[in-house]
Amino acid sequence: MPFSAQPPASGEPYVLTASLDNARHLSSLLRAVHFRDHATCFATANGLRVTVEDAKCIQANAFIQAEIFQEFAVQEEAVTFRINLSVLLDCLTIFGTSSLPGTSTALRMCYRGYGSPLMLFLEEGGVVTVCKINTEEPAELLDFDFCSTNVVNKIILQSEGLREAFSELDMTSEVLQITTSPDKPYFRLSTFGNAGSAHLDYPRDSDLMEAFHCSQTQTNRYKISLLKPSTKALALSCKVSIRTDAQGFLSLQYMIRNEDGQICFVEYYCCPDEDITEAKLHRRDS
Amino acid sequence: MRFRAKIVDLACLNHFSRVVNTIAKLAKACTLRLTAGKLYFILSDKVANGGVGMWCELCQGNFFDEFQMEGVAPEHNEIYLEVVPENLSRALKTAQSAKAVKIKLTNKHCPCLRVAVELPSLSSSSRIVTHDIPVGVIPRRLWNDFREPNVPDFDVSIYLPVLKTMKTVVERMKNLSNSVVIEANLSGEMNLKIETDLVSVTTHFKDLGNPPWASVDECQDSAQDRDLESMAEARIDIRKLQQLLAGQQVNPTKALCNIVSKRIVHFILLHEDVSLQYFIPALA
Repeated sequence: MPFSAQPPASGEPYVLTASLDNARHLSSLLRAVHFRDHATCFATANGLRVTVEDAKCIQANAFIQAEIFQEFAVQEEAVTFRINLSVLLDCLTIFGTSSLPGTSTALRMCYRGYGSPLMLFLEEGGVVTVCKINTEEPAELLDFDFCSTNVVNKIILQSEGLREAFSELDMTSEVLQITTSPDKPYFRLSTFGNAGSAHLDYPRDSDLMEAFHCSQTQTNRYKISLLKPSTKALALSCKVSIRTDAQGFLSLQYMIRNEDGQICFVEYYCCPDEDITEAKLHRRDS
Repeated sequence: MRFRAKIVDLACLNHFSRVVNTIAKLAKACTLRLTAGKLYFILSDKVANGGVGMWCELCQGNFFDEFQMEGVAPEHNEIYLEVVPENLSRALKTAQSAKAVKIKLTNKHCPCLRVAVELPSLSSSSRIVTHDIPVGVIPRRLWNDFREPNVPDFDVSIYLPVLKTMKTVVERMKNLSNSVVIEANLSGEMNLKIETDLVSVTTHFKDLGNPPWASVDECQDSAQDRDLESMAEARIDIRKLQQLLAGQQVNPTKALCNIVSKRIVHFILLHEDVSLQYFIPALA
């Protein structure tokens, strides 16, 4: 039972208010992290972060900076709540997802604080929709402790370079193996499926390669089922930064430009697949 | 009992196809009633099936170039057939570019509607695709089951908003809830509301206008001295409403609904030569 069932005392001030001329700027980013039903929202003066996790192995974050909103006010240092993301998305797109020129859904979002529902006011063409979405106790989030000082290898690619590769990933392979190296093959994606192995190499001097900083050779495997949801973000993005730290944790940072040319980010963190030990790896490859 | 009809005009044919497609979306099986001047598609579902009702009326003269009908008897010059509209819709799918379509009631092995589609051809011999659609002939003693439903003694009658907008809203709401409350008043306001454990959503439409029902019409009784602001509401199965909005292809020039509080919602979609009435009973 969602604990926000008790109505808040009326007249209580909002701890979070935000308004947006085009609700699609928010809904399209949220759709890019929508691979589980629940999300944790975290608002500070800088903006809104929406986090979705699965299997304690993958975490997706959508960042919507305060500047994207026409109004964004937070009365506390940080406001956190958990919400059903599927419901939130259905509400945000109540007037549809398609973009007809000249029509956009205006949004106002309010939250009175712990235990209260999230209120949405949407308007398009004189029709108004009011939504009251119950919020839940925020769950503790994974801390991937992924900081830039621990990053070993970093590659920035134009997204189109990765889109095709990801859309055609051999899903019969349990893992995606990513090799980054200062020498050949520089950047390699490999799958090991029923029909054999596939390797995809990106040369270092490719037009798609915007930056290439690799200090040592790293080969890590990630569960394909965990990475697959990130293709939603990839599809929207213009650039992607692929980083790995010393323990093999992967960060995929997608730069997404909305219709108004504003830049937002969606980030996926993924644990390396630990079932496969180094020894096994060598045996299978040799 | 005889029936044969022919459509030559492509615009008429496409229009007729759209009507049949709409019916196919709304009813698995229905009754086709033929009279000298009109065609009717009728659905009167039993309460066990949700109790949805449909009444669709077409003037044959606006669709058919030839229309010959001889009923079961001179004094009962009508034919009632049980048809699966999906079959009719599929037969007409091949007719999108047809030169002519003939529809005929036949009785070779069993009663059938024969839809013969004449397709354009480059050579002198024409290509004809024939569909035989089995139908059931409904005996006269059952005709009374298919009488035109009365316009209910409604509390509020209101024009519907742009159907496309309403369709999108209802589709989203359908993801969230199984039922929707539709409420309206005599000041041109209509709301769609859902409420579940997780979420409550209300969409407010305004300035819709209330149709002027002639005062001689007795069905206006309960609407007459009603407070303009007060809402009449009914909770209905959201899938039934969504089916109507998603299935309709008649592009009505007028669309309205009549609400009988807590009893039934009566939708009327009007096009020049087609009228579609759809009844969705309120849930308990």
